[in-house]
Amino acid sequence: MTVRISDDAVALACGADAVAAAFVAAGAEVERVSSWGMHWLEPLVDVDGTGYGPVSPDQVAAIMGGTAQSIGRIEDHPFIAKQTRLTFARAGKTRPTSLDDYYATEGWLGLAKAREIGAEAVIETVLASGLRGRGGAGFPAGIKWKTVAGATADRKYIVCNADEGDSATFGDRMVMEGDPFMLIEGMAIAGLAVGASKGFVYIRSEYPHAIAKMERAIKACAHLIAPFEVEVRVGAGAYVCGEETSLLNSLEGKRGEVRAKPPLPALEGLFGKPTVVNNVLTLVAVPWILTHGGEAYAAFGMGRSKGTMPVQLAGNVKHGGLFEVAFGITLGDLVLDIGGGTASGRPVRCVQVGGPLGAYIPPSQFDLPFDYEAFAAADALIGHAGITVFDNTVDMAQMARFAMEFCAIESCGKCTPCRLGSIRGVETIDQIIAGKDVEKNLDLIADLSETMKYGSLCALGGFTPYPVMSAITHFREDFVVRKTA
Amino acid sequence: MTIIGDIVAVHCGREGPLLPILHDVQKTLGHVSEEAIREIANILNLTRAEVYGVVSFYHDFRKEADIRPVIKLCRAEACKARGVEALVADAEIAAGSRVKIETVYCLGLCAVGPAAMIGGEVYAHLTAERLAELVAIS
Repeated sequence: MTVRISDDAVALACGADAVAAAFVAAGAEVERVSSWGMHWLEPLVDVDGTGYGPVSPDQVAAIMGGTAQSIGRIEDHPFIAKQTRLTFARAGKTRPTSLDDYYATEGWLGLAKAREIGAEAVIETVLASGLRGRGGAGFPAGIKWKTVAGATADRKYIVCNADEGDSATFGDRMVMEGDPFMLIEGMAIAGLAVGASKGFVYIRSEYPHAIAKMERAIKACAHLIAPFEVEVRVGAGAYVCGEETSLLNSLEGKRGEVRAKPPLPALEGLFGKPTVVNNVLTLVAVPWILTHGGEAYAAFGMGRSKGTMPVQLAGNVKHGGLFEVAFGITLGDLVLDIGGGTASGRPVRCVQVGGPLGAYIPPSQFDLPFDYEAFAAADALIGHAGITVFDNTVDMAQMARFAMEFCAIESCGKCTPCRLGSIRGVETIDQIIAGKDVEKNLDLIADLSETMKYGSLCALGGFTPYPVMSAITHFREDFVVRKTA
Repeated sequence: MTIIGDIVAVHCGREGPLLPILHDVQKTLGHVSEEAIREIANILNLTRAEVYGVVSFYHDFRKEADIRPVIKLCRAEACKARGVEALVADAEIAAGSRVKIETVYCLGLCAVGPAAMIGGEVYAHLTAERLAELVAIS
C-alpha cells in the first residue's frame, strides 16, 4: 500500500504534514508528491489511486482499515477527468525533486529533441505551436525568442518571471513546488534556442517552499542542462517587480522601477543584453511542445489562442484549484459547472479575472469564451487566468477602492498617472462612499481612469482602471445608493 | 572581517549581487542599518544613496529591527472574497503591541483562504478562533 500526500504549500497549509506523520506512525509507506490541484480536498490522500479528502489525522486508521469514505479513483474525478493536462500532466503523481520520477514521465525528452533539431527548428516549433505568453500580455513566445536569437551579443539571458503576485494565481507556485524540473527544462530549451547560457528564475519572497524546491532541483539536474546554468533570485516583496522591466532592474540590484520601452528587453534586457523574459507557465509549456510537436499543441484552443491554459479557480468558490483546459471554454462553465459556484452557497455576484488588474465580470457575461481576443473585446483580460469568485455579500465600491489603494501601495513611483492617480482615486472613491457629489465624483473617476490607462508606463497604473471601471459599469447601484452611509 | 563584509564577500562574484546581499543582511541582523548601508556601498563601489534607495524600495527590508513575531495575513482579493476582512479587527486587538499583524498581498493559497504565513509556515481556512490561536502561540 503506497500512500501519496502532497507537500505543496496548499497541502501544508491545510495540515498535510500531520496527516503524513499519522500514516507513517501507522506503518504506511508515504510518498510526498505534487498536488493534484483540487484544493478543496487538501489534504488529499491517494492510496493506490483511490482518493480521500480532506483528511485529518484521526481518519488515518479508517483509511488504512478500508472503512473510510473515498472520493473514488482520483483520475476519474470529474474535476480531473474534464481537464486537458499537458503542462500539469504530472500533477499529483510524481515526487517533485525526484529525477527518477521525472525521467519516467517524459522528462527531458523536450530538451533532447531540441538538441537534436537545433536552435532554428526549436524556434520554428514554438512558432508553430502558437504559444502566447501566459503571464498576461499574451505576446507570441516564438516571436520573442526569434528576436533574441537574431540579436548579436556576447551574452544573452533567459529570465523566468516567477514573481506571481496576482491574487487568484497559484499556477507558477504549483509548478515550482510540484514539477520544478519541467521549468528548468523549459528554460534550457529557451537558452538553446536563442543562444543564452544563463537563466535566472526570479521568485517572490512570499513563496519560500517554491524557492527551496527550485534550488534543490537546480542542484540535482545541473549536469543535465550544462553548459546552460540556472540560478534562483528572490524578490523582496514588491508587487511591481512582476512587470518585466521592473523585474530586470530588481535582478540588477536596483530599485524595481519600470523602464520605458523601447528598447525592448529582447534587444536590451538584463544588464543591457538581449533577454528572453517569459512567465513560468509559458516556459513549462515548451517541453511538451518539443516532445509532441508544435502542431499537436496548436490543435487545442480557439482562434489565435492556441493550446491549453492552466486556469486557477479561487476566492469564494466551492471547488477551487487548478483546471488546465483548452482555450474556448466559457467563463460560466468554469465558474458554475467546474467550480460549483460559491463556497458560501450564496449566489455568485461577480468574478474578477486576471488578478488585481483584471475586470469584474457579472454573471450576465458568463457566456464569454476563454480567449484573449474575446476578453479584450468585452473590456476584460485573461491575464494569468486566475478567477476570483465573489458572492452577493461583496461591496463593489469597496473593491473598486481597494484596486486604487493596491495600486497606490505597490506603485513604483516612476510615472505620475500611477503614483498620484491611484491616491486621488482612493480619495475620490471615499467621497463617493460617503455619498458626497456622487455623480460628479463618478465622472471624475472615469476621467482619471482614462488618464491612468493611457498615461501610465506599465500595466500597474494602466490596468488598475479595469477593476475600477468594470465595478462602476456593472454594479453602479453599489456606488449610487449606499447600503450603509 | 565584519559580518557585513563576510556577507558581501559571499555574493560579490554574482551578477547583480545587491539584493542577495540585502536579503542575507536582513536575515542575519534583522534589519539593514545606516551603518550596513554605508559598508555595503563602500565595498560595492556604489553611493550610499543608491543602496538606500534600494533598501527603501522593497517591503522586505527594514531600516530598524522589530523583534515582534510577525503574522503575515493575506488581504488580497481572493482572501477578501473568503472573508478575511471580518477577521482583521479582532486579530489586531488580540495581537496588541506584542505581535505584528502584517498585511501581505497574496500567498498563492487563493482557494483555501483566508491564509497567513508565520516564518515559513503557512496556514489556511482561517477563522476568528484559529487566528486568535495563532496570535496566542506566536
